[in-house]
Amino acid sequence: MIFGRSERGKPPVEPVTLKILVAGGFGVGKTTLVGAVSEIRPLRTEELLTEAGRPIDDISGVEGKHTTTVAMDFGRITLREDLVLYLFGTPGQDRFWFLWDELATGALGAVVLADTRRLEDCFAAVDYFERRSIPFVVGVNCFEDTARYPAEAVRQALDLDPGVPVVLCDARDRESVKEVLIRVVQHAMAHAAAAREAVTT
Amino acid sequence: MSGDGQGRRHWFDDEAGPVVRPYAMTRGRTTSAAQHRLDLIALVVTEQHAEDPEADHTLSPEHVDIVELCRDVPQSVAELAAGLDLPVGVVRVLIGDLVDDEMVHVTRPVPPAELPDESILRDVISGLRAL
Repeated sequence: MIFGRSERGKPPVEPVTLKILVAGGFGVGKTTLVGAVSEIRPLRTEELLTEAGRPIDDISGVEGKHTTTVAMDFGRITLREDLVLYLFGTPGQDRFWFLWDELATGALGAVVLADTRRLEDCFAAVDYFERRSIPFVVGVNCFEDTARYPAEAVRQALDLDPGVPVVLCDARDRESVKEVLIRVVQHAMAHAAAAREAVTT
Repeated sequence: MSGDGQGRRHWFDDEAGPVVRPYAMTRGRTTSAAQHRLDLIALVVTEQHAEDPEADHTLSPEHVDIVELCRDVPQSVAELAAGLDLPVGVVRVLIGDLVDDEMVHVTRPVPPAELPDESILRDVISGLRAL
């Protein structure tokens, strides 16, 4: 090594890391949303499922297949030198719930991205976050050629609790996605405040 | 490594898949002893004294890669897995080895079921606004 490392002796800053999950049906625009705000091209991590998948994956007929690959796309936003937010797109297939558990652990909150043509695709995600009381916001991705529904109609169709914010958004648009993420954090704060209230009273 | 691989007809190099099966790098281990389940956003930081990992012959090239990658800028487990093109499970085992060897340490993200400070959340909101 000819080049000395810069700033030898000074330990690197160890930022606080936070994560927000992006869930929703297949093809609803999760990776597009992540890409709209991420400072890096969405990266992909993969997990090979072997033993872990055995009770869940039906491999009859393909007994020779010992591993399955699940991909999770993610992006990064450095808010400050010492504060970094990661966005994780959840794997689409329902049978990877156990990976969701891992992703959801310690998450600040979640965005459930919905397409009004296929609202039923996000039922599972809504249910998941409700059950675990993870604060989430429903983002209705407004595709160009679809009828626009008022947020209230979406709320009713998904049978959401009154407190859950529903935001119309465009997953391709940076400003729009920023707004959705801000809503998630605000909702998480309100959620935490309500939880504290419940404990103290 | 550039991402200009589209439109190729043949599989070369990385596209042909791994030469070494991923879990061969961990000698078949899927967990490491010291391993507290590392979160995807846990940051790996190279220890100051980990000067020359290549001199340590017990380390695999992938171990050395991790030590070098995390030297100047801490990397999350997810970023390491993506950057090294290895499954998360493999990277976790390798990091566990390096923690045992005291070559790196790992920061703990906010513990589960606990939200970070309200002041941090406010900082996140203003940070997002300022993007």
